Amino acid sequence: MSQHYPVLTVIIPLIAALVAPLAAYLSKGLVRVVSITAVFAALLTSMAALVRALTDGTWHYVFAGWAPPWGIEYVIDPLSGGITVLITFIGFMVAIYGLPFLKEETWLKQGLHYALYLLIISGLLGMVSTGDLFNLYVFLEISSLATYGLIASGGYRSTVAAFRYLIIGTAGASFYLLGIGYLYGVTGTLNMADMAERLQPIMDSPAVIIGLVLIFIGLGLKMALFPMHGWLPDAYTFAPPAVIPFVAGVATKVPAYVLLRMFFYIVGAGSGPVPAILTVIGWVAALGIILGSVMAIAQSDFRRMLAYSSVAQVGYIALGFAIGNTYGLIGAVLHIFNHAIMKSCLFLVAGGVKWRTGQHSISRYLELSGRMPLTMGAFAIAAMSMVGLPPTAGFFSKWYLVLGAINAGKWPFVVVIILSSLLNAVYFFRVIENSFLKKSAGGKQVLKDRLKTKKGLWELPVAMLIPIVVLGVGILLLGIFNEQIVSQVLQYTLPGGGQ
Amino acid sequence: MEYGMDYRPLWAVLVSLIAAGLIMLSGRRPNLREFWTIIAAVAKIVIVFSMLPVVLVGQVIELAPLEIAKGVSLYLRVDAMGMIFAALASFLWLVTSFYSIGYMRADKAKHQTGYFASFAICLSATMGIAFAGNLLTFFIFYEILTIATYPLVVHKRDREAIKGGRKYLAYTLIAGQLMLIAIIWIQVIAGGSDFQAGGFLAGTASDGALRVIAVLMLIGTGVKAGIMPLHGWLPSAMVAPTPVSALLHAVAVVKAGAFGVLRVVGFVFGPQLFDEIGAATALAWIAAFTIIVSSLIAMRQDNLKRRLAFSTIGQLSYVVLGAALVTPLGLLGGMYHIVAHAFMKITLFFCAGAIHVTTHKDNISEMKGIGKRMPFTMAAFTIGSLGIAGLPLIVGFISKWNLALGALQRGQGIFVAVLIGSALLATTYLIPVGQMAFFTTSKKFPKIGEARLDMLIPLCLTASIAIVLGIFPDAGAHFYQLAVNSAQEIFNNSSLTMGGGW
Repeated sequence: MSQHYPVLTVIIPLIAALVAPLAAYLSKGLVRVVSITAVFAALLTSMAALVRALTDGTWHYVFAGWAPPWGIEYVIDPLSGGITVLITFIGFMVAIYGLPFLKEETWLKQGLHYALYLLIISGLLGMVSTGDLFNLYVFLEISSLATYGLIASGGYRSTVAAFRYLIIGTAGASFYLLGIGYLYGVTGTLNMADMAERLQPIMDSPAVIIGLVLIFIGLGLKMALFPMHGWLPDAYTFAPPAVIPFVAGVATKVPAYVLLRMFFYIVGAGSGPVPAILTVIGWVAALGIILGSVMAIAQSDFRRMLAYSSVAQVGYIALGFAIGNTYGLIGAVLHIFNHAIMKSCLFLVAGGVKWRTGQHSISRYLELSGRMPLTMGAFAIAAMSMVGLPPTAGFFSKWYLVLGAINAGKWPFVVVIILSSLLNAVYFFRVIENSFLKKSAGGKQVLKDRLKTKKGLWELPVAMLIPIVVLGVGILLLGIFNEQIVSQVLQYTLPGGGQ
Repeated sequence: MEYGMDYRPLWAVLVSLIAAGLIMLSGRRPNLREFWTIIAAVAKIVIVFSMLPVVLVGQVIELAPLEIAKGVSLYLRVDAMGMIFAALASFLWLVTSFYSIGYMRADKAKHQTGYFASFAICLSATMGIAFAGNLLTFFIFYEILTIATYPLVVHKRDREAIKGGRKYLAYTLIAGQLMLIAIIWIQVIAGGSDFQAGGFLAGTASDGALRVIAVLMLIGTGVKAGIMPLHGWLPSAMVAPTPVSALLHAVAVVKAGAFGVLRVVGFVFGPQLFDEIGAATALAWIAAFTIIVSSLIAMRQDNLKRRLAFSTIGQLSYVVLGAALVTPLGLLGGMYHIVAHAFMKITLFFCAGAIHVTTHKDNISEMKGIGKRMPFTMAAFTIGSLGIAGLPLIVGFISKWNLALGALQRGQGIFVAVLIGSALLATTYLIPVGQMAFFTTSKKFPKIGEARLDMLIPLCLTASIAIVLGIFPDAGAHFYQLAVNSAQEIFNNSSLTMGGGW
């Protein structure tokens, strides 16, 4: 068994996805057990694979005896292993969290929900694990199609959002595929390591340049890099609350990770058109950070505010790539982890408030701190982390990014990061003021409250409360112990300083 | 690097953090909740003062429990200057805790659990700032202090409090972010940021870059220290309950800023470099401007707490001026003024709070004849006022004497004139309050009706300490000796340059 961990991580959720509708038909309880067990098993195998990659070095897993570059291989190094753990961990938390939302649904809806959910997880895990560029495209499509389906299940407004996402997402995937086609045409290989070697001599050929630009556009669309973010706000706002914490947390991070692999491992940051592309990425990211934050300030719907904030935060990751030195890359990759945890936590909180009061409007968040102390406590921690206040996780991604930017002499980026912190403070403290300080008018209860009659219970169902608290505490731990992650997981995998 | 296994600095930080958690959990049982506060305060005093003998003989206690960012440790280092601040804050926390309990109960305030928990977190952050051994550690605790103070500023939850809170956050967060740029910049050019007596930045970058860094660092620390024109948040933050104003806006928060200025001048730039790049002269003039102008504004305030707030702004700039003089005696005076001002101003705020809960009067114009009703409170108030004005035999005189000598050491007698002018102004805005209380009569206050004992005893205690320290500046915690040690450490030389000190 143990020599198959890399593939088991991907396969277990995939098989469970196929089984889920049948299980749901047999019993609604069964589908929950099957799905959650599957994600948990994937969490365990991914952790085991990471541990082995940390102790024995990079793990190349070859399928069916076909040695690469002919066969497909999975590559688990500390970085990809770390991200698979991140995906399965958040996937597990959100799977538990979703239980109360799905309780009253029909067997068909539950079965489909879990099937699609597991497909997203499996697809994202495959994208991270694989060492083959076309295989990556297959998993990209698996996870994307499942995401469109799940977002569409959020009610009638979400159908339009999902359709829009489908169009844009498919265009993005096609761009990626086209780019791979160009590269395959000139190198004759799809294996990442093999392509890295074969690309070097022909780096400045027009085909390679076009291929890389197409790949950048494709991945930029999938990761919602400004100005390719148009699909994101609607999709995040109208998606069902049982799934959006996961999608918002990791679905945009995996394309960002692929971008990192592509430009810093396969192609190399100093060669061919990459420096030019990175310069473009840097400036669009900077613009996206500022505009995303400004748009977030303008929102009155909490989820929409978080969605625009995601546009800005993805910019941080891209900005780290553009800075390109070791500290910049550490900041970018650390921010993949940090932002996944923070944004998931924030969407968990949004869903919790919705469950309890039926509200998403920030102006209706009055007096929530008294009624939902743990939830709002987790929110406060996540908000500080988004602003980047120590000792939360968000501060340390900012620390490395600014360190990298000053080292590289890229002062405009320093200004952008700091300015963005302050804009974040504006929109998060507005929510904090509403939920912690302001009183609802005339002392009357404006909000309906699902738990009003049952006194003495927890503020939310335990299945929802646990993930919220775990992620909230996780933000603090991730901040205080970030150095462990940097020196254990990131340091050995990051290319030695990029440019 | 190898560090000792002496975990006392870490415990000094953690003890009130743990208490904050316990306070949150025991919100429904006020007596248990207050018990945690007192226990933590006592424990903190014991821990901090147990380190005092080690520091007094010139040793430092170092501890680096974990790497907090790549290549940078969470580094705690107990030296003489940090000890002054830590000992002062931990002692006054205990005094304030008793006063707080009395005040909050007499005032029947809401949200007391959050109040006491935030207070405890603030004290943890203050210890962290005092013991921070490098800039990142300093910054982490500095920002924790910023955030933990916010719930205290908005305590009343009304429109005015929210507005004050916004202003507070706008000032402190922006300043904090600017300081962060400077800190990371220092990390890049110097390859590290461990504090060193006498500074470590010399020769690391061009004068121009160092000037920008100095400005950013001084904005970051200066906002909390209330240097004009960065002082705007402080009077607005006076909407907080009086014990908050007393401890945080006279001791912990604002002094964290002033302490930060001293650290930056003495341990990051070093006096010589700070002078060479011209920052010292500029800062000295800004401080002098603040001292005079804040006194002038204070004269016009009728609300007692606002008047004290502007007086605080002026007094904090004494510390800043001490740092900016970059002479041994100037730094000594600045450091000692952290202590001196703390005891005097906390007394004044305690008195203002006692008047508020006992008679519900906040404006000075309504306090005619109040000395008849609250003689002890107003006597303590008068002692505090005379100290602020710099009367000999009260603690404020000691620091002013050294500051004045420090100015002469630098050969800039003009600052002596500033100090004298400020003392004269203080006689016009604080002493009349005492005069009005005792020498006018009013039908409103016919007979004695003092404040509750748990408020009266703390304020009499701090007033007495202000006098004791005025006569024996080295009594008790050896604050004076610590300040001398630290100044000598920074200037790295014999007692010669200290000649003429008190």
